Amino acid sequence: MKKKMSRFSALLMCAACFAFMLSGCGGSGGAQGGAGELRVFNWGEYIDPEVIAEFQEETGIRVVYEEFETNEVMYAKLAQDPSAYDVLCPSDYMISKLIEQDMLQELDASRLTVAHEEIGDSYWKESEGFDPGNKYSVPYCWGTVGILYNKTMVSEPVTSWSVLWDEQYAGSILMQDSVRDAMMIPLVMNGVSMNTLDEAELEKATQMLIEQKPLVQAYVVDQVRDKMIGNEAAIGVIYSGEAIYTQRENPDLVYVIPEEGSNVWIDSWVITNGAKNVDNAYAWIEYMSRPEVALKNFDYITYSTPNEGARALIEDEAIRNSEIAFPDLSRYKLETYVYLGEEGDALYNDYWMRIKSE
Amino acid sequence: MFKNKKTSAALSAPYTAWMTIFIIVPLLMIFYYGLTDSQGSLTLANITAIGYGVYFKSLLLALWLSFLCTLICFILAYPLALILARVSKNAGQGLIITIFILPMWMNFLLRTYAWLTLLEGNGIINGILSFLHLPTQHMINTPTAIVFGMVYNFLPFMVLPLYNAISRIDTAVFEAARDLGAGRRQTLFRITLPLSVNGIISGVTMVFIPALTTFAISTLLGGSKVLLIGNVIESTFTQVYDWHLGSGLSIVLMIFIIINMIISNISDARQEAEG
Repeated sequence: MKKKMSRFSALLMCAACFAFMLSGCGGSGGAQGGAGELRVFNWGEYIDPEVIAEFQEETGIRVVYEEFETNEVMYAKLAQDPSAYDVLCPSDYMISKLIEQDMLQELDASRLTVAHEEIGDSYWKESEGFDPGNKYSVPYCWGTVGILYNKTMVSEPVTSWSVLWDEQYAGSILMQDSVRDAMMIPLVMNGVSMNTLDEAELEKATQMLIEQKPLVQAYVVDQVRDKMIGNEAAIGVIYSGEAIYTQRENPDLVYVIPEEGSNVWIDSWVITNGAKNVDNAYAWIEYMSRPEVALKNFDYITYSTPNEGARALIEDEAIRNSEIAFPDLSRYKLETYVYLGEEGDALYNDYWMRIKSE
Repeated sequence: MFKNKKTSAALSAPYTAWMTIFIIVPLLMIFYYGLTDSQGSLTLANITAIGYGVYFKSLLLALWLSFLCTLICFILAYPLALILARVSKNAGQGLIITIFILPMWMNFLLRTYAWLTLLEGNGIINGILSFLHLPTQHMINTPTAIVFGMVYNFLPFMVLPLYNAISRIDTAVFEAARDLGAGRRQTLFRITLPLSVNGIISGVTMVFIPALTTFAISTLLGGSKVLLIGNVIESTFTQVYDWHLGSGLSIVLMIFIIINMIISNISDARQEAEG
């Protein structure tokens, strides 16, 4: 009996520990400082840290800030606990996935006057592709996918994706380690939509990427930036926002959107369905949409801002009219990714795994 | 140890709680996810998936690379362990061990990043080679680079158990061997090796298992061009969000770990019976 009792008490302690941990997680959400808190989940290195501090100072809201590396990782965490975050900044296709799965809440446009005032019409229109009626999202950053090359290593100007299959650059090519961005390239070269579910086309694209693999130095995400700056590679597939930063560091680098076309993406603020601090989330989105705040972020992260007010404030004319940061979208054949559905995702991933294991 | 069972239970409660929350519950969850599909019905499909193209291929590659890594670690570590066991304490034994353990004070990822800068095309090794007018080598993003990284990271896990086992052998045994006319070679193969089998087995286990399941080393040093089973499992969680498949594949890996544990248990039991 004694033994049973002690076992019971051990169990009780265990339960108490568990309860304590749970309360530790949820309990800190108390109304500290009066304005409460806000749980933000954003891309890594995607905001000027000073902006967060200033937001806290002005509003008194305590910001709990977390970062993710890919949309998929973000989704994995959110799906575990849909109320873990109040405001997120996923990309286009992930937003449509979240909308479809009823994980976001409709936004009240009357509470987003600054955003609607400052963010350019063309970006709202572009957003309709993944968020019809602009009901769920407010654009934060946008850009294109293109080729970054080192003009001291590549003699002729690059205009086409086909340079990624050019054998003279074997071992000097960096590809994006992400299914959609990698598959997009051969699909676009073949004149097919980057959202296709046509298996024959996907098979063809897969064969092209397998053929390319021996020429590829590595499949990387963030490292494209550092490797290109460090002259480790001649050609890399990169997001336009990174391109501006790399050029600052290494003036030999040139960014192009290939003539076959490419992907244009938008990362937008959304509020989760399980958000516990909805008012603060609105305050956050409005704050981020202020021109001077958006400008500060642009200077820090160098990703293109959809904020027209902020763009007008950019002092350096070369950057304000930069073809990289603010390309004339009508000049290029650009397409946004859309959510492919669970089966579509699985299909793309099967092909990608095959390429990677070749 | 404690007079009162109640005291001992109370003292072990934090440990029990820790075990339950962080070991038993996650394990049960892996088995739950691994044996069900997205509808929640029982299935073995996630486990049998290991026989399918990509998964099988990456498992074989992982087995092969971790086998190579274990073999190289053993070949490097055994002589070192012998030396360590023979040098007397004041002759720098502590120093050698410290040097071996020292890198482990640094974060594992940081150490692997260091290898990245060593092996890169414009890296340090190639820099030295070209300074000496020798042809530069392509090393990074190959299976060889991954094996390098594994050996470097896991070598201490081989050295320490071997050293432990060898230093525990009574020196009188060696003296007896010599008295009875055994040469150095014979002593090594018929005395030292058999008596250190336990250390070998635990060393092999401690190197082989992390090498088999690694995904960080293969991502960094393989440039994501070499897909190991660890990378596949990681991507089922982070990219595909298919926890069922990921857990199923993890269970397959657990089978290898369990086989390893059975072998080391048997050898333990045998030694106990002998000792």
